[in-house]
Amino acid sequence: MTPMTSKPKIQTVLNLLAPFLGLILVIALFSSMPEVQSRFLRAANLTSVATQSVIVALGALGMTLIIIGGGIDLSAASNIALSSVITAYAVNAGLPPLLALALGVLTGGLVGFLNGALITRLRLVPFIITLGMMGIARGVAKWVARNQKIDAPLTWINELMSKSPRPSWLLLAPGVWLMIVFAIVTAVVLRYTVFGRHVFAIGSNESTARLCGVRTTRTKILFYTAAGLFCGLAGVMEFSRLTVGDPTVAVGLELDIIAAVVIGGGSLSGGEGSVLGSMIGVFIMAFLRNGCTMMGWPNYIQEIIIGVIIVAAVALDQIRHRRSA
Amino acid sequence: MTAVPDAAAVPALEMRGVRKQFGATLALDNVDFTLAPGEVHALLGENGAGKSTLVKILSGALRPDRGAMRLRGKPFHPPDPLAGRLSGVSMIYQELNLAPHLTVEENAVLGREASGAGFVRRRGDRVRIREALAFLGHPEIPLDVPVGRLSVGARQVVEIARAILDRSSIVVMDEPTSSLTREDTERLFKVIRTLKAEGVSVIYISHFLEEVCEVADAFTVLRDGRNAGEGRIADVPLEEMIRMMVGSKMADFFPRVPRERGEVALALRGLKGARMGEPVSLEVRRGEIVGLAGLIGAGRTETLRAAFGLDNVSAGSVAIAGRPAGPGKPWAMIGRGLGLLSEDRQGEGLALGRSITDNVTLSRLGPYRRRGFLSLRRRTEAAARWIGDLNIKAAGPQQAAGGLSGGNQQKVALARLLHQDAEVLLLDEPTRGIDVQSKAQIYEWMGRVAAAGKGLLFVSSYLPELLGVCDRIAVFHRGRIVADRPAAEWTDESLMSAATTGKA
Repeated sequence: MTPMTSKPKIQTVLNLLAPFLGLILVIALFSSMPEVQSRFLRAANLTSVATQSVIVALGALGMTLIIIGGGIDLSAASNIALSSVITAYAVNAGLPPLLALALGVLTGGLVGFLNGALITRLRLVPFIITLGMMGIARGVAKWVARNQKIDAPLTWINELMSKSPRPSWLLLAPGVWLMIVFAIVTAVVLRYTVFGRHVFAIGSNESTARLCGVRTTRTKILFYTAAGLFCGLAGVMEFSRLTVGDPTVAVGLELDIIAAVVIGGGSLSGGEGSVLGSMIGVFIMAFLRNGCTMMGWPNYIQEIIIGVIIVAAVALDQIRHRRSA
Repeated sequence: MTAVPDAAAVPALEMRGVRKQFGATLALDNVDFTLAPGEVHALLGENGAGKSTLVKILSGALRPDRGAMRLRGKPFHPPDPLAGRLSGVSMIYQELNLAPHLTVEENAVLGREASGAGFVRRRGDRVRIREALAFLGHPEIPLDVPVGRLSVGARQVVEIARAILDRSSIVVMDEPTSSLTREDTERLFKVIRTLKAEGVSVIYISHFLEEVCEVADAFTVLRDGRNAGEGRIADVPLEEMIRMMVGSKMADFFPRVPRERGEVALALRGLKGARMGEPVSLEVRRGEIVGLAGLIGAGRTETLRAAFGLDNVSAGSVAIAGRPAGPGKPWAMIGRGLGLLSEDRQGEGLALGRSITDNVTLSRLGPYRRRGFLSLRRRTEAAARWIGDLNIKAAGPQQAAGGLSGGNQQKVALARLLHQDAEVLLLDEPTRGIDVQSKAQIYEWMGRVAAAGKGLLFVSSYLPELLGVCDRIAVFHRGRIVADRPAAEWTDESLMSAATTGKA
């Protein structure tokens, strides 16, 4: 028997190398443009990119869990909008900010739980359930907001996404720190806990996982719920940024979130993906947007470039897989 | 002829009077099976004899309609595979039961990770897995490599290691060597002997009788869901085992249409497809039905698929009616007069959601086309004629193919080949899983098509129909044609022997 002798550590590094090189390439590209190079790598611009990435990044953390587990969540962006509206509603109703924040996060968790419960109980593919949930959550958000923006008095929630945080020794917006902490937590959970292993096992071969005694239904509901909680937190951040609850916000953002995970090495057939990869994916897209805007390139150029990157990233991934197979 | 030498020992497993029915098919009828501790016991029989059903019942994947099981003397009725595994019965299937993205370590302990506060405690697991792999003689298998990147043989060892970690007393191996190299097979046998020395019993299902004789102590033969013989390997000659497997079959009705052999219709020369073991050369004449016998995976289906262009071809050529025709893509091969009926009727043979009309006419829409548009009416009329000709029981040409019975579905698939007016028909298991009457009608049509001067290549695992329908039969063994003779010179026994041992 001839087991492949390639070192596993090297393989993991290689898997992340491609997206990482992509990120470096994007940064190098804009840093070398004479028009923007003086501003692009400035601390002020970097904090701005980091702050702009928070919402997609939080969504991508949950989406990473789901995609590794062999699922998909099309309702992520609607869930973010709903959670932001609920948070605004709660603040507007005079609830203490902490309670409003908790309500927003729990709303997201509830939507995620419903996704997981319906997928496992009705035995329907995640695509259909979450496609339905995408409409339902968006509709409920508009209903709650009576089809307009909910104004809310300013509270400390609105400082979570502030680019000039107080106290100033924080350097980055509190939302960015939350994103970093949750990314580390998610990575640790995926790598070192039984739950994390079971997520990988379900995505890799669900029937084997069941045969080996993995409680697949419970695990799936858990990771959809966790992803929902992340969307809820992203919704709170959305409210923090906008200072109003807008039910029409983040339309189409679920595709950015999925794209980030896929660029970072997540496989839509399950079993593959990593938090670090997804975060790199988020930042590739964020730097591209930022750079294009600074260059004064129109929006459609950004869209074309990001489209090309998604296809190229997945194609490269496929080629690498075929070679190692 | 049976005698467990140490009668005092409690059997590792006893199955008594096991019965299992699927719809109208009686898969197992009053089957007995006894396994001694530390014994390697071969379970033999032709395809469909009931071996897989029996071990699925043992594993808990199926429940018997009737019958009793005792594991080490205690009643045993696993409700699901997990319960079976926890009681010490491990299955090692042909399609391996591993999660390809997880590492060796993660697979070995999946579902049973040692943990504290939700975190995996790896140290104890790793030591135990290393011990298990070393015990199996494969300490070189790395723990941190995803299983998908190991060789098939190494994956098998990981599965067996999992069985050891589960402290299994019975390991069931279903065709474990069918995708192994000879070298890996030798290594597997060593592993089996190691298990045996530790008192683990092994149920070994294989079609390769020479392997069975090498590794097994005892055997049980099933035939058509019944016990057909058992004994010690050392006491019973190979020919006797084959006779038990084949039995004396009821004579089927094979209508014969008189026909004459013409010139060569199909010639494969040194054809080597992506999934074929070795290059194959073969000829089919006009008016001739050539049967391909052999075990699953021996190269029959793979040869048809390469000839039809479904698999990539790396060497060799295909000639139809004396003209060079391939290798080529399926659309081109259809244009040159080749037609294929797939063994996978549900998966690729038919578009189950589409109508009979769509299915029958899909491969030749030319006649219904005028100025770029299809005449739906004439297409439906043509389909209606085929429904009549082949006696397909359907509500009408617009009925979805998926709503038909298996036999009628198969007739629709055959109608497509006939409608396509292929010069050479490649038929892969055309009668598998269909009723007797439909079978007879398909045999009759095969004869008629041959009499009309077409060439037919007919893959089947059911020996009597090969003998009854074919003019000539070639036998595959591990990727090679080991014999090619007129049908009259073959018998059930000689075909079986050639297919299982490669000697003819």
